[in-house]
Amino acid sequence: MSRKFIHMILLMGALIMVLPFFWMVSTSLKTLDESLQFPPTLFPKKIVFNNFLEAFKEVNFTRYFINTLIMTTGSVLLVYLTSVLSAYAFARLRFPGRELFFTLFLAMMMIPMPVYLAPSYVILSKFKFIDTYWALIIPWGVNIFAIFLLRQHFKSLPQELFDAAKIDGLNHLQIIRYIVLPLSRPVIVTIGIFEIITNWNSFLWPLIVTHSDSMRTIQTGLAYFAQAEATNYPLLCAASTFTTLPLIILYFFVQREIMESFARSGLKE
Amino acid sequence: MNRRIDKIAYLFLFPALIVIIIFRFYPIVQAIGMSLYNWSIAGPLKFIGFKNYYRLFIDPKFYQSLLNTFWYLLGVVPATVAISIFIAYLLNQKIKGQGIYRTIYFLPVVTSIVAISVVWKWIFNPDRGILNAVFHLAGLKGLKWLNDSRGIFELLFNAELSGFLAGPSIALISLMIMTIWHNLGYCIVICLAGLQNIPSHYYEAARIDGAQRWQLFWKITIPLLSPTIFYLLITQSIIAFNTFTPVYVMTQPPGGPLGTTSLVVYYLYEQAFRLWNLGYANAIAFVVFIIIFSLTKIQQRFLEQRVHYE
Repeated sequence: MSRKFIHMILLMGALIMVLPFFWMVSTSLKTLDESLQFPPTLFPKKIVFNNFLEAFKEVNFTRYFINTLIMTTGSVLLVYLTSVLSAYAFARLRFPGRELFFTLFLAMMMIPMPVYLAPSYVILSKFKFIDTYWALIIPWGVNIFAIFLLRQHFKSLPQELFDAAKIDGLNHLQIIRYIVLPLSRPVIVTIGIFEIITNWNSFLWPLIVTHSDSMRTIQTGLAYFAQAEATNYPLLCAASTFTTLPLIILYFFVQREIMESFARSGLKE
Repeated sequence: MNRRIDKIAYLFLFPALIVIIIFRFYPIVQAIGMSLYNWSIAGPLKFIGFKNYYRLFIDPKFYQSLLNTFWYLLGVVPATVAISIFIAYLLNQKIKGQGIYRTIYFLPVVTSIVAISVVWKWIFNPDRGILNAVFHLAGLKGLKWLNDSRGIFELLFNAELSGFLAGPSIALISLMIMTIWHNLGYCIVICLAGLQNIPSHYYEAARIDGAQRWQLFWKITIPLLSPTIFYLLITQSIIAFNTFTPVYVMTQPPGGPLGTTSLVVYYLYEQAFRLWNLGYANAIAFVVFIIIFSLTKIQQRFLEQRVHYE
């Protein structure tokens, strides 16, 4: 195959990948009347921005953004806490049952979400967590991929570092705080990015564990909005645009780290 | 080395352990228990033994959702992996702008499936959608896409078929198209990494022996890429099996036309959280678990013989 031919195929593929995004933005800038024309206009004849304002006026997207932000921040912090501590224990401490616990962690996290969906709901309602931030955050407070990555990294740190710290009289928490964490920046970033993306995009879980409008996240909010405004596509495309924009901006800044974190996790959805 | 025990380790494991026990381990135990009860919002809680499983056994809607999921897997997974190998192979030819192409192909992966589903529903719109506009331009008759319950084989062979023979509905095919588009970038990135790990001297040696380009591809690239391909087939199957969001957002009613897009996880959701048959939903969940588990095992067995490990 010649270079030209390869480029032609790749360009065609790239066009197919971009077209839905283009169509989303283009539709979001059209009037309702123009969106209903057939055949459709590729670019809006007259660019209007009021779809964006109207979407915000019709439902409380500001609230949904704040909820998502709270959920994401809470999850990231909780995952950091649980995974740094347990990864440190698995990597640097010696105790009976270490391998057993690690296998247990792995096995538990391999179970697909549909299996524990219904019982989790029952458990969360016993705790009176349904329709609260707790239900959004706590059940996702452990991430086995984070523990795995950190454990590998902690294991790779030289033993001399820990010996020296002990001689200086540091306890384990201080070792984590002053020695281990500063040396783990890239792994911490990878985990943070992965958590931000999965939380921002999570849908099925918030759909089930929250009911009231004021507890909706950006994704459930968008889904309900799509049901309510079934045919007003300029409005829906505007909402889709501003809900995806934050992650797309993040993507253009740290795309290398994002690809790496997806490739290393092997998890998606 | 001294054989001391760091008791503090248990304290360090505690936060993670408590979440895992309450929100992973206990739900599994609970799920098995619940599946033996007539557990719904209305009416008293009643122990019914294996009746939920019996009901599952004779539930035509459950079989339909399984069949739909089977078609969905078959339509999505091999195609996504094959296309991604092809694109990654092209990208790996020291092509100019490799980075830019990769960025573009990966873009859908970081975009939420809800937003993507909304946009693709608009693209597939039978009356105003851009896809049917393209069909018109090409002089073809537009399709009803997500609203079309006809099986693809019915359409292709222009015959009245039903059940398995009819094949996946046009609506389900529409979902497949979107899913392939959405997952492609991830597979490309993984394949590209796999390709870059193949040492170039293999190719050089083969070229000296007079191998043609296609021979290089089939005799070196594919065998050496097989661990990657194997990994992708498994993870993509599991992801496909867990699909929920596009069914919920795109099809009307969800699971829709005539239940032809009801995938098994969607059916579980419907039973649990629309009809509140939590006991019955757990029987479904148990079957889902068995299938995902054995899917992994079967694929492992089957592929291990062919997979080349260095």
